[in-house]
Amino acid sequence: MKRIALIGMPNAGKSTLFNRMSGASAKVANWPGVTVDLLSAKLLIAGQMAELVDLPGIYDLHGFSDDEQVVRHFLCNNTIDLVLIVANATQVDRQLTLALQLKALGLPAVLLLNMADEAKQHGITINTQQLGDELGYPTALLSAKYGQGYAEAYKLIERELSTSQARAVLSLEEDFATDQAVEDKLEKLISHSVDMPVQTSHSVTEKIDKVMLHPWIGLPLFFTVMFLMFQAVYTLGAPLQDGVAWLLEGFRDLALAPLLSGLPALLNSFLLEGVFDGVATVASFVPVIILFFLFMAIIEDSGYLSRAAFLMDALMTKMGLDGRSFVMLLMGFGCNVPALMGTRTMRSRGLRLLTMMVIPFSLCSARLQVFVFMTTALFAPSQAPLVLFSLYLMTFVTVIVTALLFKGQFNSSEPFALELPPYRFPTTRQMILRGWHEIRHFLRRATKFITIGVVLVWILTHMPFGVEPASAASWSGMIGEFMQPILSPAGINPELTVALIFGFVAKEIVIGALAVIYGLEGSSLMQGIAQQIDWVQAYSFMLFTLIYTPCLATVATLRAEAKSGWYTALSLAWPLTLAWTISTGFYQAARYLGY
Amino acid sequence: MPSLFRLSALKPGQSATVQAIHVDSGFQFRLNALGFRIGKPLELIRIAPFNGPLHLKLGSTEVMLRQQDAANIEVVM
Repeated sequence: MKRIALIGMPNAGKSTLFNRMSGASAKVANWPGVTVDLLSAKLLIAGQMAELVDLPGIYDLHGFSDDEQVVRHFLCNNTIDLVLIVANATQVDRQLTLALQLKALGLPAVLLLNMADEAKQHGITINTQQLGDELGYPTALLSAKYGQGYAEAYKLIERELSTSQARAVLSLEEDFATDQAVEDKLEKLISHSVDMPVQTSHSVTEKIDKVMLHPWIGLPLFFTVMFLMFQAVYTLGAPLQDGVAWLLEGFRDLALAPLLSGLPALLNSFLLEGVFDGVATVASFVPVIILFFLFMAIIEDSGYLSRAAFLMDALMTKMGLDGRSFVMLLMGFGCNVPALMGTRTMRSRGLRLLTMMVIPFSLCSARLQVFVFMTTALFAPSQAPLVLFSLYLMTFVTVIVTALLFKGQFNSSEPFALELPPYRFPTTRQMILRGWHEIRHFLRRATKFITIGVVLVWILTHMPFGVEPASAASWSGMIGEFMQPILSPAGINPELTVALIFGFVAKEIVIGALAVIYGLEGSSLMQGIAQQIDWVQAYSFMLFTLIYTPCLATVATLRAEAKSGWYTALSLAWPLTLAWTISTGFYQAARYLGY
Repeated sequence: MPSLFRLSALKPGQSATVQAIHVDSGFQFRLNALGFRIGKPLELIRIAPFNGPLHLKLGSTEVMLRQQDAANIEVVM
């Protein structure tokens, strides 16, 4: 099988091209010499199977960040038939460096000048034929996002792939001296083949930035945007969740229950109240998650995140973090795992470890499900979104406390420069792809963790044989009672304790577990819980869920990225301590005040 | 002869030309890749709140750079 590698600078549209070429078939895989997982897809190209690998975006093959090393190690340890160099056509004057460096290494490649649409708007004209001839790489101009020029570019890739010879392992050491030559060549190439207005301007971007990056209103505006987004996710998502829960409930009562009625009581209970209720309760939150990720996709693709880094850098520096840390915290609102991996662009280990220490406090989409559930069950519709927003603010409180406390241990003084790309809006196609990606992600987690989790909860609540489910005599009751001396000061009862224990595996399990423990589903589960606990207990439980140990996948990523046992132990123990302290503090204070 | 001064002394709206970059080689690669090269014109668009980073424009690229790092780049008006 042939192997094609995608290489390009950040923001050059590499992922967009990857998605266009691979459809939705991508998956992560391990590679020799590379310690991290890379996205790859198999595709039929020029009559044969080829493997397309998406490498991290890098500025320079010499760079010292982890991302740049990943690319270097990949090139040194894997044979490659063809490299696709993705460059932003509007910045061709500086992005060609990467192509020249690859040329110096003698790798077979095709140069794809992306964002043809923007280049045209800016009055940039590129003679691709001449540029390709002079550079020695076939060159095409295209828009990976909108598809112009894609068919021609694809033909070019097919042609090159059928004739190219796989380049074996190469060493990058020898070629480090040629930088000046690369610089000189770059100037010549650009002057011969590219016609660029002296001052190009993204007038729309400049106008938006005048408001969004305004010295006084920039920051308040940023938090308003975030608030409105969370508000929208809740107001649009809650009814959707309700609808899906209603459908699943109907399916259960009309189809599944009659079908299973012939089975022995214990087996019936296991399938219906264990597996189905548990998984269905979690599944009803998928629309909320898709909605959330659609908003995230818009914000991510728009280029607003790097503006957030710009606005927050000064404040984050006071905490020993930087603007990138802030962006990764925001990414963590989606899922903590990719946010942790995103810290690979940081060169200073201290800064990286401190950032990875605070990312797990980000209220990820799995915890969002728990909170949408609890707030809907225990708060009035008008209060619920505000309660939810207060938990997002709590993320920042815990981040500030943690960063200030540990910044002495993880020192850094890394110089920091970041590109601020022009504002862009994702296409419908990109958003649909993103939504589909999230559904797939959920299904994977559902089949792995969530089903196993709810099955275990069912066993704990129904064993030993013959006990009243989830009563004090059941195993779950015993575990809950055993933990009571520690958790009752925080207002967390034995039932909630069992849910919390399973939440360590994946936070979605918390609501699945509650469904199994209370033996209820959908709206009746919400009513059941509202009768069992009051809002003070619920809020304390939510604080605990937000702050305590991150999920298993996050812990595994922390360990893999930090490569340190004691660091991993610290990042388990500290949140647990903080969660207990804050929940207990809140619960006791609220009770003292008479709530 | 026009006088050299630090990039961090530039005021929003002012333009200048890069004359010298005094940073470690790792960061130098990054700055080069972002478009900071000797003789290249740039413009300071704005400064972030709380005396934060600079928002610079180099050709078609916009970049944020911290003040302390900008102090290591010499420019001429």
